[in-house]
Amino acid sequence: MTARLLPFSDDPIRPSSPASVSIQFDGAPIEGVSGQSIAGVILASGPLGFRRTSVSGKSRGVFCGIGVCFDCLVEVNGDRDVRACQRRAVDGDVVVTQHDALPGSIA
Amino acid sequence: MSSVLILGAGPAGLAAARAARRRGASVTLVDSSEQLGGQFWRHLPAERPAARERILHHGWDTFRALQAQLVADDGCRILTSASVFAIDATASPSTTGTGPGRVHVIVGPSDGTGRERIELLPDAIVLATGAHDRTLPFPGWDLPGVFTGGAAQALAKGERLAVGAHVVVAGAGPFLLPVAASLAATGSRVLGVFESSRLSSLVRGWLPRPWQLLPAAKKGAELAGYIGGQLKSRIPYTTGASVIAAHGTDRVESVTVASLDKNWTPVAGTERTLAVDAVCVSHGFTPRLELAIAAGCQITDERFVAVDDAQATSVPGVYAAGEITGIGGVDLALAEGALAGHAAAGGNPFDLPGEVRKRRIYEGFARRIEAAHGIRPGWPDMVTDDTIVCRCEEVSFGALCSTAESTASTSLRSLKLTTRAGLGICQGRVCGRSLEQLIARRLPGNTLGDTVSTDRRPIAVPLRLGELAAAARPTDPSPTTPTPLADPPKGPTS
Repeated sequence: MTARLLPFSDDPIRPSSPASVSIQFDGAPIEGVSGQSIAGVILASGPLGFRRTSVSGKSRGVFCGIGVCFDCLVEVNGDRDVRACQRRAVDGDVVVTQHDALPGSIA
Repeated sequence: MSSVLILGAGPAGLAAARAARRRGASVTLVDSSEQLGGQFWRHLPAERPAARERILHHGWDTFRALQAQLVADDGCRILTSASVFAIDATASPSTTGTGPGRVHVIVGPSDGTGRERIELLPDAIVLATGAHDRTLPFPGWDLPGVFTGGAAQALAKGERLAVGAHVVVAGAGPFLLPVAASLAATGSRVLGVFESSRLSSLVRGWLPRPWQLLPAAKKGAELAGYIGGQLKSRIPYTTGASVIAAHGTDRVESVTVASLDKNWTPVAGTERTLAVDAVCVSHGFTPRLELAIAAGCQITDERFVAVDDAQATSVPGVYAAGEITGIGGVDLALAEGALAGHAAAGGNPFDLPGEVRKRRIYEGFARRIEAAHGIRPGWPDMVTDDTIVCRCEEVSFGALCSTAESTASTSLRSLKLTTRAGLGICQGRVCGRSLEQLIARRLPGNTLGDTVSTDRRPIAVPLRLGELAAAARPTDPSPTTPTPLADPPKGPTS
């Protein structure tokens, strides 16, 4: 168990029933709630890692959540380097994880 | 009639906008987010209404009133999803107008392509850009599942998403309490809150001249509310301890918690391990200074924007309010914002004695926060050779040290160039101040060989070259208006 969206029926702030939003993440359809960030939709569907780093290939995901750290970069509808925590998910968004390997050594 | 541009729509910016409108100025309010309220009043989007959203917030009614008033006011133009990427303060008056400079804004979905560029030439600017979490580096802090407190707050309040099921909150400062409270209210089990400062520092910071705190009783009640709430939900609160390492392969699986001495050096033999699926760590806040620096404002030795009694900076026509003038919380930000907006529209602080009084009270509160929770010099003792210090460029502490040694460099600039630390896409926002301290600590006199600041960023947010190359829409006229917003009703004010 990891990040999860509090079901609206359990929420003490008594929200109204939310509409859903559907996006694709690395080819798989995932569903979130209308108005969520792309980062929030991905986190609630399970994955914590959004990209692999260039030097060591390590997994990275949301860290600061407010657009400062740039660790949650993803490709959205063909645009690279979009901060997933800052972009609102729109129905049909195609989101792809990024990995920019360092250029190979010159032979 | 003057035009006032307000950068940032958190508590300080909103208060500034209202005050400037009450003086009859034409106001433009800019924020990079899609909504008003800043990080403090980060809230659910309009399409997710909730009957009792106010229980997640402090001062929610104040926010709702400010928002309603400004949105309905045609003398206040609101630009959301709008990022200021540069302030050109050096160009000649013929290109900057008679105000403090030309402000370059890009409007559209975050990190999009082909967004609209606009340029503004205000008569006065109020900087209310706020602050972001400062998280000190420790082994494993780059693992997915390690979040700042701000991230947990933003996702809990803005989306009703809990970052983990079993979570530890650690670091320093009163902000840890609302983070834990938000997590608990969003369905996480908070295993503990670990405050780095020891009880004796907290007592020293909070207790001298306690009578001074009486006027800030509301603030005391806010903190007591958090602590009471924590007791109710049985969250243990431990002082003089923190998370010193996070463990896992592709995600955090556990953390090591240890006692810290009064300088925040971990005490050997006190380590214990807790299984978690998320950890939220914040050691304080870093003010967002890049636009103030771009505008040419003087920065204090403590690295905040220097302001006078009217919240005026060293640059004529530029005012500053909120966390960029000192970390003081929402009440101080509201008072400073009102004074800044009023002054930017030509007013005098003596016109608003109530706000001046509030500012004095809550400034005292800010000093206590720093005395009690300020970062102590022993923190680098939790950094190991393989700890990543610059997350973007993946520079380890060991690599930083060996390069410093082999080049005998004492200069931050040269070490940035030789190691790439601080040169990544976050532009040193996350690691900058920690890097400075880690490098300076190795040098005689604990001083860097140069005075380069990691706060300076001439391009304040990354944008795509195509967008930069595209022509800006000719300077947008300010909203022409003008009836001043009505003054508050006489009698007891909010």
